[in-house]
Amino acid sequence: MTISEFESGTASSRREVLHGVRDAVPLYLAASPFGVVFGAAAVAAGYSISDAVFASASVFGGASQFVFIQVNGLGVPAWSVILAVFAVNFRHILYSAATGRRIAHFSILQKIAAFFLLTDLQFAACEVRAGARGDRPITAAYYFGLGLPLYACWIFATFAGAYFGGFIKHPEQFGLDFILPIYFLAILMGFRKRRNFLPVALVSAGVSFIVYQTLGAPWHISIGALAGVAAAALMPVRRHFSEVAQDE
Amino acid sequence: MSDYLSEGYVAALIVALGVVTYFTRAGGYLVLSRFKHLHPRLEAALEAVPAAVITTIVVPPALSAGPAEMLAIVAAGVAAFRLSGITVVVLGLIVLVSARAAGL
Repeated sequence: MTISEFESGTASSRREVLHGVRDAVPLYLAASPFGVVFGAAAVAAGYSISDAVFASASVFGGASQFVFIQVNGLGVPAWSVILAVFAVNFRHILYSAATGRRIAHFSILQKIAAFFLLTDLQFAACEVRAGARGDRPITAAYYFGLGLPLYACWIFATFAGAYFGGFIKHPEQFGLDFILPIYFLAILMGFRKRRNFLPVALVSAGVSFIVYQTLGAPWHISIGALAGVAAAALMPVRRHFSEVAQDE
Repeated sequence: MSDYLSEGYVAALIVALGVVTYFTRAGGYLVLSRFKHLHPRLEAALEAVPAAVITTIVVPPALSAGPAEMLAIVAAGVAAFRLSGITVVVLGLIVLVSARAAGL
């Protein structure tokens, strides 16, 4: 599925593509700095430019790519890197269920491609496009007009960061050796209004710190996270899945 | 070069990460959409997964780091109540670099 295929379509599908491209403009601004930072951080951590670009092309997910560098940098077995990335991406299962209903009319091939592009930004933009009552249809032209340029932008930003990051001989002078904990803290604080945030964060923090000091890496991630998730499951509950999906 | 950075290993790992990521993006539609309602405790648990994992990645290194790093983390944490995303990261880096330059 390419942009040129859409442009050979009707005038209305061309308009849908343009709406998608237009709605993605603020998303380029939001995503590019993280792509640049990812590229620079990957090179600072010892990866090649092509590894950094390949990661962006294959995963297309900011937080999970940072998890990959950070956790693989601990020198732990592959399964624990994969498990950490899977866990961070778990929220996509909720997006997938919500956006999946909006794109149920896509062809099989369109769906296969669409799920690859289903990032946090893509999900959020589709929810906005659907409107306050959530009844405006999401066309394939709109969806790919939004997602494909964003994907290209992400890969290009990664390349730029990795390329120029390679010229930085002393990453610690710019604090790049500690950028990942700061980045993850910023992401974490973005979750602070979700229900159960405080108990989940406190339990995960306490248990992961204890495990880090005793059993050591990578167990602090899986055991600490499991403890936080268990805390959430044990909290009093009220709402239903559909309401949660609409909040996101 | 360490084993975990060797070329073939990293490439294979990246492919695996792409596959698990795709699985989560398609999986919700394939699995959850078959159920009208999830158990509320399961929903709460699913919703908590990203915050729980990210906490375990931030906290132990932050608590084990030096005073300049601690200061940067605290500054970024406070800033995150008002600012978002990349602004917080840049601010944290400025505090970190300044604190290191001041000899902390």
